[in-house]
Amino acid sequence: MTAFLKLLFRNQLAALGAVVLGIIIVAVLLTPVLPLQDPNVTATADRFLKPLAEGHLLGTDHLGRDMLSRLLHGTLLSLGVGVAAALLAALIGSAIGIVAGYVGGRTDNFVMRGVDMLMAFPYILLALAIVAALGPGLMNALIAVAAVNIPFFARNIRGVTVSLAGREFIDAARLSGMSHTRIVLTELLPNVLPVIIIAMSTTIGWMILETAGLSFLGLGSQPPQADLGSMLGEARSALITYPHVSVIPGVMIFLIVMSVNLLGDGLRDALDPRLRSGALSRPRATTLVDRQGEVPEATDDLLAIQELQTQFHVGPRIYRAVGGVSLAVKPGECLGLIGESGSGKSVTALSVMGLVSSPPGVITGGAVRFQGKDLIGARYEALRRMRGDRVAYIFQDPLSTLHPLYRVGDQLAEAIRSHHKVGKDEARKRAVQLFNDVRIPNAQNRIDNYPHEMSGGMRQRVGIAMALANDPDVIIADEPTTALDVTVQAQILSLLNDLRRDRGLAIVFITHDFGVVAQLCDRIAVMYAGRIVEEGPTNAVLERPAHPYTKRLIACVPELGGGRRELAAIRGLPPVVDDLPPGCAFAPRCDKAQPDCKKGEIPLDGAGTRAVRCLYPEADLTRDEEATA
Amino acid sequence: MGGYIVKRLISAIPVLFGITVIVFLIMSLIPGDPATAILGSYATPENVAKLNRDLGLDRSLAERYFIWLFNMVQGDFGRSYSLNRPVIDEVLERFNATLILAGTSFVICSVLGILAGVVSAARQYGWADKAITFTVLIGISVPSFFLGMMMILLFAVNLRWLPVSGMYAIYGGGDLWDLLRHLVMPALALSAVATGVIARLARSAMLEVLRQDYIRTARAKGVPERRVIMGHALRAAMVSIIPVLGIQAGFVLSGSVYIEIVFQWPGAGRMLVEAILTRDLLLVQGGVVFIAACYVFFNILVDVAQSLLDPRIKT
Repeated sequence: MTAFLKLLFRNQLAALGAVVLGIIIVAVLLTPVLPLQDPNVTATADRFLKPLAEGHLLGTDHLGRDMLSRLLHGTLLSLGVGVAAALLAALIGSAIGIVAGYVGGRTDNFVMRGVDMLMAFPYILLALAIVAALGPGLMNALIAVAAVNIPFFARNIRGVTVSLAGREFIDAARLSGMSHTRIVLTELLPNVLPVIIIAMSTTIGWMILETAGLSFLGLGSQPPQADLGSMLGEARSALITYPHVSVIPGVMIFLIVMSVNLLGDGLRDALDPRLRSGALSRPRATTLVDRQGEVPEATDDLLAIQELQTQFHVGPRIYRAVGGVSLAVKPGECLGLIGESGSGKSVTALSVMGLVSSPPGVITGGAVRFQGKDLIGARYEALRRMRGDRVAYIFQDPLSTLHPLYRVGDQLAEAIRSHHKVGKDEARKRAVQLFNDVRIPNAQNRIDNYPHEMSGGMRQRVGIAMALANDPDVIIADEPTTALDVTVQAQILSLLNDLRRDRGLAIVFITHDFGVVAQLCDRIAVMYAGRIVEEGPTNAVLERPAHPYTKRLIACVPELGGGRRELAAIRGLPPVVDDLPPGCAFAPRCDKAQPDCKKGEIPLDGAGTRAVRCLYPEADLTRDEEATA
Repeated sequence: MGGYIVKRLISAIPVLFGITVIVFLIMSLIPGDPATAILGSYATPENVAKLNRDLGLDRSLAERYFIWLFNMVQGDFGRSYSLNRPVIDEVLERFNATLILAGTSFVICSVLGILAGVVSAARQYGWADKAITFTVLIGISVPSFFLGMMMILLFAVNLRWLPVSGMYAIYGGGDLWDLLRHLVMPALALSAVATGVIARLARSAMLEVLRQDYIRTARAKGVPERRVIMGHALRAAMVSIIPVLGIQAGFVLSGSVYIEIVFQWPGAGRMLVEAILTRDLLLVQGGVVFIAACYVFFNILVDVAQSLLDPRIKT
């Protein structure tokens, strides 16, 4: 919602810019018909009249000329020169860019080198050099300002043209025997035009400002003709005694440039869809909490997720990513959390330490208890002290989850130093030790690598070492092996398994891969559309799945040496969680669905260690329980 | 690293060469005969011919270019006819003053701009963000010369806090304190636009970076938020901020022209404007080449800074 308001705010600013600019333009266009005095008629008796003087709404200048009339004529001149310079720069710059981009090869190389040279100059300096050569004058100032903006257009338009010139429709036009001129004019130009217009909208404010600047220096318009810049320049000598003569043209330049900038920003925002969706809001340090309803009682588990509800609030829509999930782990236990992408398993995991991106994430209910203490809504500092120290995370893609600009050893040392007062050398020693623990060969040297200098498997070991740095009680591993190839995957899994045995770690292991679960986990929970649909001991669930969804999911796993078993994909897609139907969320995709599956809440029911959220389970859990008993 | 610097220095040679060519070509655009322009329309043909010979204007364009370049490489930028002293002496003296002004402004706009951008991003949609966004909008729309004039009115004339103009007080000044008092307003006025541009860019770069997975990793391992923002996020954002610092340095350097005029600062920008108005073309030519060359070297520094920051750049 805030993102939406922000965007509206922006659009309002753009509208404000349009209104201000519109008023200025109308006033300027009406100048010839308005009953104004001649801007160049001097009246030395009436020098420096204050604004609101009789007959002179804005007063008079040092020669007694009417300020209002001069202001409007000056504005007309400034706008006209600025727009002309922008058009000239756009025309020549775009022509150069299109030709260079379309012809390519040596021409392109040569032209772009020249453009680079021009861009090596500080902008205004080049304009000064041109004016110096051509001599002061408004026309020459216009040429100079246009000239220094040509490289900007040439470079931008060339970039777009190069990407277009390689596209199929240009090839097609060429094959159909069209001449180069025709291809450029009828095929390329229409596609490049929007870019030219955007480039103009972002530079026209500058060009108005720069021509005014040159006039201010006395290098632009020459007396008696005056644009806003030379009005300001002439008024400068009387700045202290008669400030209004300076303020009036100065404010006008400011208004013009600001309204043009506002319009340009609005245009760019409107054309950048990323901004429109509000995706550019940064996540806070902890997930927002807006908890409604009862907080569940404490249990004696090490980590207990209780009736957790996490939602994403995007504009008017509410996505219930996690809709009342309860999970628990004991020391030394490994719990597998399994489900398709989008089932809410990662969001569940990130909610534990308040790491769900907010906005748009909001935790709206339930509790997360570590050793009985509720973490939802805990103060930031309390949460930070637990993060990485008691509960640590391993993330999926180690390339994007490690900081690209820090050495891996430093990132590891930082994890330690964030929780323990240890010196740099000591932290480094521990980092080497951790690298050895996760079996990174040549740890002493590897520690000084940057992430991009390591292989995917090694990077994930760094991620694991980082999670182990403070000897945590719980590790939450969010698909830690998904990005790795199979052999590396097996190594990482056995490493995690060893660590669990040696250190008594509790692991919450998130994956969509039953093979991985079978290797590592004691128990599994299956998630679908933000809820747990089945849970139980790993072997029991894998051998006798009770929920139709679990059964179908297991059937999707290809087995090595399993013969020509048919791989049964589940038809349809998981539901979008902003508008879930009542009853079982899987019912629309389920073969066994009955009418009553789509009515009312279905509880997570079971016997002993197993539970399923289904009215017609595939296996009778009570019998299962008797068999094990 | 040393190798990278040498490589960048070598790659600057064609750019410097190109700059001299461009300046020379622009200067040869001068309509009419420079000797007549210098001597005025009452000059005798003999005098014009003699001056042409003295200035080397009777030779071909290419010849003239190489003579000019050759002299320049040896430190001879010619002689300013209006000041009657070597161009290089004047340029060095005036550029010194510009460097003090532009350098201070560059430090101000970098520090303030980045700080404003970081605060704005970290407090996105909060009152600080809105206040900064609004100020930045004003800042980038006000012409620096107008801003300078308004500052003079407010701080020098009305409040009498600071001197109106100049670099040192005429009587009894000359120490560092005196210089700083004179520097405050022009440096702030010159840095306003650049501060705004940098703040805007820093804000969006920070927002972009704060959404990255490695920021979540930093938070997940319990790094304090202040360090997440000022360390992890800012460091990554600097990769896109530094090139813009380089561009803004160019704006500050050349924008000092206006500020030097408004505040009567005895810098190279004001020298150029005066030289243009007196048609002292050798001074313009020498000044432009010198300032542009300094900017090229500054950009090498920017590239080196970038490579120090980002290990992924092959050095």
